[in-house]
Amino acid sequence: MNFKHKFVFLLPGLIVLIGILIFPIIFTVRLSLSGWNSYNPGLDFVGIKNYIRLFTDDPRFWESFFRLSFLAITTVFLQYIIGFFLAHVVWKDIKFKRFFRVLFLIPMMTTPVIMTVIWRTFFHESLGPLNDFLSIFGVQPQWLSSPGLAKISIIVVEVWQWTSFMFLLLLAGLLSLPKEPFLAASIDGASPFKKFMYVTFPLMAPISIGAIIIRLIEASKIMDTVFVLTSGGPGTATETSSFYIFIKGLREFQMGYAATMSFTYLIIMIISLTIIAKVLTKVLMKE
Amino acid sequence: MPKLYTFLKYFCVILWSCFVIAPFLWAISTSFKDFNSVTGGATYIPWLQFEPTLDGWSVLFKPGSQGGINIVGPYFNSIFVTFTASFISIALGTLAAYALSRYTFKAGFVQNNDITFFFISQRIMPPVVLSIPFFIFLSTIGLLDSLAGLILVYIVLLMPIAVWIMVDFFNRVPKEIDETALIDGCNPFQAFFKVVLPNSIPGMIVAGLFCIIFGWIDFFFAFILTFTNVQLLPVKIVALNSSITPWWSLSAAALVSVAPLIIVAFVVERFLSKGNLSGALK
Repeated sequence: MNFKHKFVFLLPGLIVLIGILIFPIIFTVRLSLSGWNSYNPGLDFVGIKNYIRLFTDDPRFWESFFRLSFLAITTVFLQYIIGFFLAHVVWKDIKFKRFFRVLFLIPMMTTPVIMTVIWRTFFHESLGPLNDFLSIFGVQPQWLSSPGLAKISIIVVEVWQWTSFMFLLLLAGLLSLPKEPFLAASIDGASPFKKFMYVTFPLMAPISIGAIIIRLIEASKIMDTVFVLTSGGPGTATETSSFYIFIKGLREFQMGYAATMSFTYLIIMIISLTIIAKVLTKVLMKE
Repeated sequence: MPKLYTFLKYFCVILWSCFVIAPFLWAISTSFKDFNSVTGGATYIPWLQFEPTLDGWSVLFKPGSQGGINIVGPYFNSIFVTFTASFISIALGTLAAYALSRYTFKAGFVQNNDITFFFISQRIMPPVVLSIPFFIFLSTIGLLDSLAGLILVYIVLLMPIAVWIMVDFFNRVPKEIDETALIDGCNPFQAFFKVVLPNSIPGMIVAGLFCIIFGWIDFFFAFILTFTNVQLLPVKIVALNSSITPWWSLSAAALVSVAPLIIVAFVVERFLSKGNLSGALK
């Protein structure tokens, strides 16, 4: 085989991707060393001043980061449990199997912001159906304007939206499993519960890890939902890192500082996702 | 005991189904309301609880001068951007994935897996990190607020997905197929385009579906990088939300914009049932 061919196949994609990305990435790093803001737009050089500000004088960034971690981990955990359960149920014979499969896939096909707009009317404190239903029990929770409940609302919407993606990945995984281990387990007379614990779950471990990592990556970018549902509010109760960077950079036009946060955030994301992947692999692959 | 389990199973499935359908039903019901029936508190069933009107829907078809919301333009913009970006991503992604699956690359410590990871890792990039430099980048080359600029950005979003699915797919296409073609006297390009590619249609369809989904549902880049010339559907609809919020037309517009992708759910399910998706999504 000719040596050159492989590059003809690989390079167009690689060059386009790098070509589009190289400028933004270098520019972000350079911008993070500048004091670009709305009074003083331009690439001056202020050294690591922005980084010092970020690490010593900006608790809001770190709060938003921990809030993001909390939201991402909670939603992905819920999505995994529910998604696995649903996938397991419609994997084998159940009445209207295909109907349920399509139905469970639908949320991920819908545009998050648009569905969140609908959810916002759903959660509306006086005109929404949720509080209309809850008024039977005599309670009127302030879903979007009390700090705790606003977080729960976001979790509900995120779980609604993305459980279907987890469901899809896990169902595709279940359908690709080999048949023999299940036959062997049936012959040994294993109960359904034992079959799940000792056959299905271990076999699904690599797929589970993949699915959880993919979802964690996507969940860490959570932005659309927050933007429409609560705009980070009330106060900063639902502000995530992305949203805070967005406010600083594209609302207050502190471009330099926003770039500093972006870059730091990106590094943290890459490191923590790598660690999470390693830990999950250890935990789930143990059996 | 098995009976209780079956009961619980169906109970949970139906409960989740209700949860999935609830916002859609609410939106459908709301889209037929008018001002009075929205502000009078939550109602659900037309004729019984409120008098249905077609106001919400008719607004979508009126020109802007008559107080209508023109979503036709944004609709076609969204379709155009999504399809073009998906097409380019699939074309380039498939070629790259084929190279990564069939040939060995080595440059220092960089190997095939590292290159694959580089492609896929672009998904880790939070949109907000890219949005500021892209904003300045596109305004420098004069593509801010244009379809071409958006397509450029969407390629970055979608190519990782295409590469991810296609590498996996090609890894499962037996190597003998291309080897036979090569022995028969094809050069590697002929082997790829005449033999491998026709056999990769299912994988490319799956990759295409995913590109279309993730292109269609993006909001953030369209929101940051376009203003008035070019508007995509999600931006248009979220803009409705910020005004006095006419829930009826908002719901109607939302339903119209999520409808086309619901068809994709059926297609994906078909692929799942035929077993074509299982390998492609490991």
